[in-house]
Amino acid sequence: MNGFLAILRRDLSLALRQGADSVMVVAFFIVTTTLFPFGVGPEVNILARIASGVIWVSALLAAMLSLERVFQADYEDGSLELLTLSPVSLELLILGKVLAHWLTTGLPLIIAAPLMAVMLNMDQDGFAILMIAMLLGTPALSLIGAIGAALILGARRGGVLVSLLVLPLYIPVLIFGAGAVEAALLGISATAQLQIMAAILLLTLAAAPFATAHAVRQAME
Amino acid sequence: MHRFAKPSVFLKFTAPILPWLSVLTAILIAAGLYFSLIGSPVDYQQGHTVRIMYIHVPAAWMGLFCYVGMAICGAMSLIWKHPLADICARATAPVGATFTALCLITGSLWGEPMWGTWWVWDARLTSMLILLFLYLGYMALVNAFDDPERGSKAGSALALVGAVNVPIVKFSVDWWNTLHQPASIVRMDGPAVDPSMQLPLALMILGFTCYYFVLLILRVRLELNERRIRALHLSGMFDETVTPAAAKDKAYEAGHNAEAKQ
Repeated sequence: MNGFLAILRRDLSLALRQGADSVMVVAFFIVTTTLFPFGVGPEVNILARIASGVIWVSALLAAMLSLERVFQADYEDGSLELLTLSPVSLELLILGKVLAHWLTTGLPLIIAAPLMAVMLNMDQDGFAILMIAMLLGTPALSLIGAIGAALILGARRGGVLVSLLVLPLYIPVLIFGAGAVEAALLGISATAQLQIMAAILLLTLAAAPFATAHAVRQAME
Repeated sequence: MHRFAKPSVFLKFTAPILPWLSVLTAILIAAGLYFSLIGSPVDYQQGHTVRIMYIHVPAAWMGLFCYVGMAICGAMSLIWKHPLADICARATAPVGATFTALCLITGSLWGEPMWGTWWVWDARLTSMLILLFLYLGYMALVNAFDDPERGSKAGSALALVGAVNVPIVKFSVDWWNTLHQPASIVRMDGPAVDPSMQLPLALMILGFTCYYFVLLILRVRLELNERRIRALHLSGMFDETVTPAAAKDKAYEAGHNAEAKQ
């Protein structure tokens, strides 16, 4: 457990001292969302209708873009190799890194999401569900994304590659995340969608660290 | 099974099978095409467009079959580190991707006259499209490393993670009740397809499956031979300064070592 907390503290302080990373993710999220009213047109009804989907897609892309920094810097300066050699279980360390990634990208996105929902004229009934759904969905995105980030270590053009690997696996989160908000906007209970999202989160929480650790070990060979 | 995982055994073992399997494939597909295009009745509602089914369904079957095969090969290469499993997985990916694309294309050609639309965001169609993306991601990942072995390993892990999509494709029509019809061939109370259409469908599915194995054997043999040529090049067999006799010895050794290493 000490190793877990140590890596969490290390990654968090690295992210906070470099500073710009979290801000960049949120800025990317806001800019992407802002593009839609230009592309679709400023009619309020249409924007309100597509708001949940637009927010989720932008959040997905923002989460994906920030994946590179989960392992890349550690891989380049060699600290990832020391982590794999350490007596602490690598799965636990990876869980710590993923948690740090989520705290510095997923959490700011959740805070920024209602702001964008207001700007897209989304009905207020959906706000609470949107935030709950993102609370369940974004950790799953970080966990799934970590697998992709570990697989591309040392690859050529890794940044483009990770999108091809990770985005298809993000689709279930997108479907149920947007579905939950849709249900709430229609006045139906969103419990079913939220329960499925919780299930996805638990499944990825149980399986993803092992797959990621396996991929990291391969990269170190 | 492990006995056959040696490349030289594979080459020896498949050489006599290949012509027979090719002939069998040709016969099955020729008979399947005859029965599906001429020897089977016209659907009372769909008319001649029902004949698209005889390509569409086997292609969909092959898309899933190849992915499962790729995932199993990936698991084998991770567990036992068989180089042959790596090569099989690599060889399967483009074939499976082509079948999946074929399924999507024929499906949209069939959908236009029947549903009145080329594409709908139906659960079955969408999950099949994701399957295609997974194939493309696998192929991109496998070729993204300078060290091919590292590419194979990363690809194996991705193939296993992506295998969650296979049951989603299969059961999507039962879980989400959308435009695509529910399962009509593999189901508890027997197939719901008319017997006169079952024969050509079965022939085409068998034919496509055999075709895949022919391609797999050809592609794996090609890859193994390419590796041998590379080993010969590295050993200096084609180097003019070395005397032919010495080069031959060296090449034999290098080829032998490469094989032993594999």
